[in-house]
This record gives sequence, structure tokens and C-alpha cells, in this order.
Amino acid sequence: MPHDHCESDHPHNLLPSDPELRVKALETVLVKKGLVDPAALDAIIEIYENRVGPRNGARVVAKSWCDDEFRSELLEDASSAVGKLGYSGRQGAHLVAVENSPEVHNVVVCTLCSCYPWPLLGIPPAWYKSDPYRSRMVREPRKVLKEFGLEIESGRKVRVWDSTAEIRYLVVPMRPEGTENFTESDLADWVTRDSMVGTGLPKPPASQ
Amino acid sequence: MTRIHDMGGRFGDGQVKPSAPNESLFEKPWHARALAITLAAGALGRWNQDASRHSRERLPPKDYARFSYYEKWLAALADLLVRREVVAIDEFAQPERLPSQRLSKNALLGSEVAKELAKVTPSTCEISRKPRFATGDKVRTRRPSGNSLVKGGHTRLPAYAAGCLGKIVMFRGNHVFPDSNAHFLGEAPEPLYSVAFSSEELWGCVKDSSNDEVIIDLWESYLVSAN
Repeated sequence: MPHDHCESDHPHNLLPSDPELRVKALETVLVKKGLVDPAALDAIIEIYENRVGPRNGARVVAKSWCDDEFRSELLEDASSAVGKLGYSGRQGAHLVAVENSPEVHNVVVCTLCSCYPWPLLGIPPAWYKSDPYRSRMVREPRKVLKEFGLEIESGRKVRVWDSTAEIRYLVVPMRPEGTENFTESDLADWVTRDSMVGTGLPKPPASQ
Repeated sequence: MTRIHDMGGRFGDGQVKPSAPNESLFEKPWHARALAITLAAGALGRWNQDASRHSRERLPPKDYARFSYYEKWLAALADLLVRREVVAIDEFAQPERLPSQRLSKNALLGSEVAKELAKVTPSTCEISRKPRFATGDKVRTRRPSGNSLVKGGHTRLPAYAAGCLGKIVMFRGNHVFPDSNAHFLGEAPEPLYSVAFSSEELWGCVKDSSNDEVIIDLWESYLVSAN
């Protein structure tokens, strides 16, 4: 069986160890060699800072609460359903929506790296990429959820999705009680990022 | 058998720190820069996503543990650039002294970024054989976990679920096999399934949560029939 390269072969050791200088050195090499267009770097950052983020997912969830036909389509084929709303792209070719119910609470983790549904939620927050979240969510989900202030009743199943492949999971939280007369756009303001990962619940905009 | 990134179930990591209100997306400006150069260099097409993940996983455990998230990305990118012969190792020594070259035709242009990031690239392929398992089938995962093509290679069967009894929840289509693709040995697509494991099966007797489960997406060759 072939071996996976030489273990001591780590060229990154030649770069400056201060990460800020390290980025600068890599960027300089790539730009000087004509491999990276500096304008592309600014454009990538602008998109993830301003355009692709959890507001996309919130609109999807709010729509599923208001429109039964969309909800069925979302649960059947989420990539196609959200693609029609204009949300598609990197890390989103195989989206799957999983719905919370009085019987089941869903929560998503990636124990091996940091897989996350970028087109709907953007770049993952620091906690999602942290060692404690990755190591503990599969073993003691109820305890970890408590650290987010979320207590799941003992009769309700906790279903943890470990994103080990290219399937990207979106949790569809339950619609909060007392929001029957709300418009879709009001509802979207209640849907938090954490509620779509499963570590939170929708809440009024004033308390977010 | 396994590497340091494979941390599901590990003890000792302490509490999770949820986001502070108004936490910025990028804690420091260089984090954004690290993300952007990784995506822009990836667009050159000299490696695939599986190879990119593996490059982070194969950092020495000491580096993996002490590096912050984007430091891992940077180190992995530097290693990939050299291994894939995009950059010569001595070019890292004095970047400012390198001559400026014309922009390569393979480089991602600023004007193309929005289109490129919105592009959907499915990891599914058609294959001639049918999936071996059906919803409801009992399966057992391979043990030990690990890449069967390359020693110490990339794999997506987490060690915590190796040798465990699970149930097929759903067939997800035929997906590119990371164990092969990460090492440029071909896409070798295989049926992929979501497989449910009870908490009890994975962790032994679990107080108050015997009904809980973990669902993991697993390729067919990670599984044997247990019906």
C-alpha cells in the first residue's frame, strides 16, 4: 500500500510563523506569480461579509412556515427548492432540510472538519469550528445544548447529524407559538443562525 | 489508523463558547484574507476539496492542536501549493524578491468571483451498479476505520463510529469517494447512505438519552451487512 508522503515534508514551516505575516507572504507569492488576482480576494471577502449569510436561511425557514407547497419541496429536495429562491453555490450542492418536531430535535456538527451549508448560513461561527463542539456534540449533545441555554425535554429524541460527506444539513426549527398572524418577513427576523444549526430556538428580534 | 482531526467523542476539550452578541464573522482581518486566498488558490484547479481537507488533517498533531482555525488553512495551503508544484519551495523564502508575472489564464478574476462562488458542483456521479443496501437495513461499519488505499490517507468514517451497528436511513446517491479522490487516484464514486447509530451503541449506557441517535453519512465500502 502506498504511504501518504513523507511525514516530515511540511513546507509551511518555511513561512513566517506570525499568521498575519504568513498570509501576507502567501498572498505575495501568489500575486507575484500571477496565480491570484488581488481583486478576487476583495470580492470573495465582500460576498461572505455582506451577501451570503444566515439571513438567506432565515428567509427559507420563514417561507416553509407560511407556504405548505414550498415546505414539501424543501423537505423533498432542498437544493432545488432554495435554488429557486436564488440561494445556491459553494458547499450547497446537496442540501438537506431536517425539520424539528415535538418528538425530535435536530442538531448539526462536523466532527472531522467544519462542513456547513454556506449558501444558506454563510461562513460558520467560531464555536462551530471549535474542538469542544466537534468532540462533544456527538457524545453528549444534551449537555452541549445546555451550554447554549437549550434544554431538551427527556422524552424528546435528540438527533445529531455528523456532516461527514457533501450533504449539508439545515435544521428547520418549529414555528414559535403566538406568531400565527405574523408575515413571512416578520417571521424571518425571528429565525436565528443557531436555530438553523440546532443549538438555539427562534426568538423575537429584540432579544437576539 | 486515525489522525488528530478525528475528534468526535474525545474527552477533555472543555465547554463550548457560544457567540457573543454582534461577534464579527472574521475575528481578525487576516482571517478573511486566509479564507480568500484559500478559495482563490483552489480555483486554479490544481487540487480538489478532499485533498484540501486532507492537507489540513495531515498537519503534525502538535501543529494541528496549537494552530487556530485559519492558521490550519494557511499551513495546509502552503503545503498543497508546494506538493502540487504550483509554487517551488524556495519561492517562500523571499516573496518580495520574486519577479511579477502576468496574470495566469487559470486565475480567478475579481469580476468572476460572484459567478464562481454561486456555482453548484455536485459530487454525485452515475454508476452502473445498484446500491447494495436499502432503507431499514442493518449495517456494521468497518473496524478499524482508515483509508484502505493509502496508509494514513484521508477517510470520512469517524473513529468513534468504527465497528458499530447502525441502520440505513436513506440512500443519498452515488458520491465521489474521498478516500480515493483526496489522493488523486480518481473519483471512484460509491453509493452514499445516511446511517443512524443509537447513542447506546456508540457510547455504551447513556443516562437520560437512550433514545438519542447520531446520523452519519457513509460510503458503501465503509459498511458490511448485519441483517
